[in-house]
Amino acid sequence: MSTDSVKRAQSTPDEPMPFAELGMKQDEYDRVKEILGRRPTGSELAIYSVMWSEHCSYKSSKVHLRQFATKAPKSEALLVGMGENAGVVDIGDGWAATFKIESHNHPSYVEPHQGAATGVGGIVRDIMSMGARPIAVMDALRFGAADAPDTRRVLPGVVEGISHYGNCLGLPNIGGEVVFDPCYIGNPLVNALCVGLLRKDQIKLATAPGPGNKVVLFGASTGPDGIGGASVLASATFEDESHAKRPAVQVGDPFMEKLLIECCLELYAADVVVGIQDLGAAGVSCATTELAAKGTGGMAVDLNLVPLRDPSLRPEEILMSESQERMMAVVRPEDIPAFMAICEKWDVPATVIGEVTDTGRLVMTWDGEVIVDIPPGTAADEGPVYERPYQEPAGQAALNADTPDRLERPADLRATLLRLLGSPNLADKEWVTSQYDRYVRSNTVLAQPADAGVLRVSEVMAGAEPTTRGIALATDGNGRYAKLDPYAGAQLALAEAYRNVAVTGAKPLAVTNCLNFGSPEDPEVMWQFAEAVRGLADACRTLGVPVTGGNVSFYNQTGSAAIHPTPVVGVLGVIDDVARRVPSGFTGEGLRVALLGETREEFGGSEWAHVVHGHLGGLPPQADLEAEQALATVLVEAARGGLLEGSHDLSDGGLAIALAEACLARGVGATVTLNDDPFTGLFSESAARALVAVRPEVFEEFAALCAEHEVPCYGLGVTGGDALVVEGVLEVPVSELRETHTGTLPALFG
Amino acid sequence: MSAARVGVVTFPGTLDDQDAARAVHLVGAQAVPLWHADHDLKGVDAVFLPGGFSYGDYLRCGAISRFAPLMDELIPAARAGLPVLGTCNGFQILCEAHLLPGALTRNASLHYVCRDQRVRVEQNDTAWTSAFGQGQEIVLPVKHGEGRYVASADTIAELEATGRVVVRYIGNPNGSMNDIAGITNEAGNVVGLMPHPEHAVEELVGAPSTDGLGFFTSILKKLVNA
Repeated sequence: MSTDSVKRAQSTPDEPMPFAELGMKQDEYDRVKEILGRRPTGSELAIYSVMWSEHCSYKSSKVHLRQFATKAPKSEALLVGMGENAGVVDIGDGWAATFKIESHNHPSYVEPHQGAATGVGGIVRDIMSMGARPIAVMDALRFGAADAPDTRRVLPGVVEGISHYGNCLGLPNIGGEVVFDPCYIGNPLVNALCVGLLRKDQIKLATAPGPGNKVVLFGASTGPDGIGGASVLASATFEDESHAKRPAVQVGDPFMEKLLIECCLELYAADVVVGIQDLGAAGVSCATTELAAKGTGGMAVDLNLVPLRDPSLRPEEILMSESQERMMAVVRPEDIPAFMAICEKWDVPATVIGEVTDTGRLVMTWDGEVIVDIPPGTAADEGPVYERPYQEPAGQAALNADTPDRLERPADLRATLLRLLGSPNLADKEWVTSQYDRYVRSNTVLAQPADAGVLRVSEVMAGAEPTTRGIALATDGNGRYAKLDPYAGAQLALAEAYRNVAVTGAKPLAVTNCLNFGSPEDPEVMWQFAEAVRGLADACRTLGVPVTGGNVSFYNQTGSAAIHPTPVVGVLGVIDDVARRVPSGFTGEGLRVALLGETREEFGGSEWAHVVHGHLGGLPPQADLEAEQALATVLVEAARGGLLEGSHDLSDGGLAIALAEACLARGVGATVTLNDDPFTGLFSESAARALVAVRPEVFEEFAALCAEHEVPCYGLGVTGGDALVVEGVLEVPVSELRETHTGTLPALFG
Repeated sequence: MSAARVGVVTFPGTLDDQDAARAVHLVGAQAVPLWHADHDLKGVDAVFLPGGFSYGDYLRCGAISRFAPLMDELIPAARAGLPVLGTCNGFQILCEAHLLPGALTRNASLHYVCRDQRVRVEQNDTAWTSAFGQGQEIVLPVKHGEGRYVASADTIAELEATGRVVVRYIGNPNGSMNDIAGITNEAGNVVGLMPHPEHAVEELVGAPSTDGLGFFTSILKKLVNA
């Protein structure tokens, strides 16, 4: 059995290569041949096929994603923007925060537990590779109908996977979303977010400069997990070797990841790392090509040195393996002993597998023969770029014309409130969130079900001074809104996350996003994608919050049925004095309750239309970004001035649900009066609104602040008692609200 | 007089060590990091064994930890009277090391559970609970997948008869026998608890309670008066 070396490739120029099986198109393969001036070896083909895959190269999305840069608002807070492992934001007092959200949708459908677990693992390593200590995670989840049999398979597995992996890592899970809709039945969405903290002058980058510097692979050994198509390649090249179908879903070891976190932080503190990259999708292929491309430009690697869990792995498989819990560092030769000593302390295996060169080539050997010899940038950065055709879906106009105006309004608003409150999307998510550790590290100020997770900034790091600051994080996304209008839907997702951060008193600073769509080869899906990106980029500019990074997940469809376009947006904010954070809901009796923002009759894509009528049509609520900005300014200033005792964002289910949740937060009732049509007042989903609780003695001051920023402020009533009372409309004891709210998920999932 | 020194043990997979150290500082004692691989208790006056997944706990929680070099020092010291508090994984390790009887098994629900838990302090005559009133009800978070306390009928009877059930759940979160949340050894110096006092020590963060402080003030009082 011979290795497919460069020498062999030169002497067998016409040997057919299984590029199609690896998902590569003929013209892409031709381009590889043109770049190399010969046919690629099996190992080179492995590298190009994964690096030029949609997942790694963003070939269908790139032309659109550029708007996040070209339309980016000026931001002094942005320290590292898109293109690195994660964006980094200045949060003051020498501290920086790095955060990113990423999808692990397809693996989570195939094997919910491991798929979701390794999704957490992957995003945590992205944050580690920026030089940060990961400090919290959150998850935005979408499942099929709550009562669908497959949801009972997928949801418990996903939650258990996140719970097991995140809890073992010691990262508090502080928020996220759980949404049900039949459109996600064969395509659940598992979007994992991680946030990390670092000193602003300690940022690490994925780069391999300095010829002679060593390339170290450390962490878990490499096994046959997540290889996917590489086995095709290996068996095609080596006729007699029949590799069994390799498992395509990776398996996680959170204990190894926890060791990696502590090990990396000690390596950073000892200043023995020149460049670092995590191994995620495309494993060694991705790490070596990206590090080399961003450094001096060359790297020599001996693949025989990669520690293997399965000694029968072929080089093509080693290159494509997605074994978890691995990192690659570039280290000065004189620092190698110190580097190895720290790895040994943490029982983390580490191996020098190569070194940085100035040849401009990535050269890999196997059994003494050269099997890879490529310019690394051609794999890492110069992948194909597609201008995919797009067109408005044929049924879009009809969908928008089918407005909720025709839907029958309810006579019994009390029953409607309870029906919505107990519906799976609005019901209490404690069945899920109680499986996550939200307290570890002792910096959790607010966690689910609060509007946003809030963390105290308090880490032991060299050069760190005590600070009063905190950070807030929220993720949001509404697939129904985006289906009706992807441009507005993406803006509404941003607006809601932005608002959720602001209601805690934090000033929104930066954005990450996970764009979940169907197949980019379907022009109608591509239209949804193009519109959503355009909408999000425009809204980021208006709100002054730059996109720092994120992820695109295409092909979320079964047959020709795509999911609703689902842009999930994460917003990070900072609060100067975290002790001034505003808790969610009604925190005491005798507080004035006020509604901020304007209510219009907006029911397109609403929870009411969905739950009561199974209707999706018309247009989503108007995205009024100027109003969002003014509202956020008021909320942040009021928090700073200590004017707010509680607050809550209005979103799905409108004022009715916001009032109910505010009462449930601490079991405090309220009595309110609505002036206009109570149905619209209670259930419309107009954006740019929030509910606040204010001490009576500062209400005038608060109202003046609202007036100054032209934010409508309507006094609704007062907190107290043990029931939610809407004068002349409905009255529900808080105990009944609680029973309705908490019963649904346990009844469904046990 | 120098401050009381409380050792906080870190295994590779320990998670709540910095939380415990912070709580020790909050009551005015000194937290001394102890490393699992060292044969060295650094002359501390008491030891806190925090929660986490010490060595990954793929086998059985705490099953490997009891063989750590540090445990070679800790086990005889605890038998000789050194005050030791193990919470969560720390409790599991104390059971595996036979410093405390019984075992912690998978929750009856088969799910990990994180919640703010009401408990009753049943004994305030241990090294770690003297600051509480006898029978005082407090709130501490629990967060574990394997916290269901089990022991033989004889052991349970003995624990009850000799007043060694230190903390009891009010509303059992995991199926523990006799609602047991924490126990002590015969001498009262070694206490194991499933709930996490170190996450209930500050108004701003953690559980909506500062009831956990009592465990730390108890040990401080004991050490200062010693």
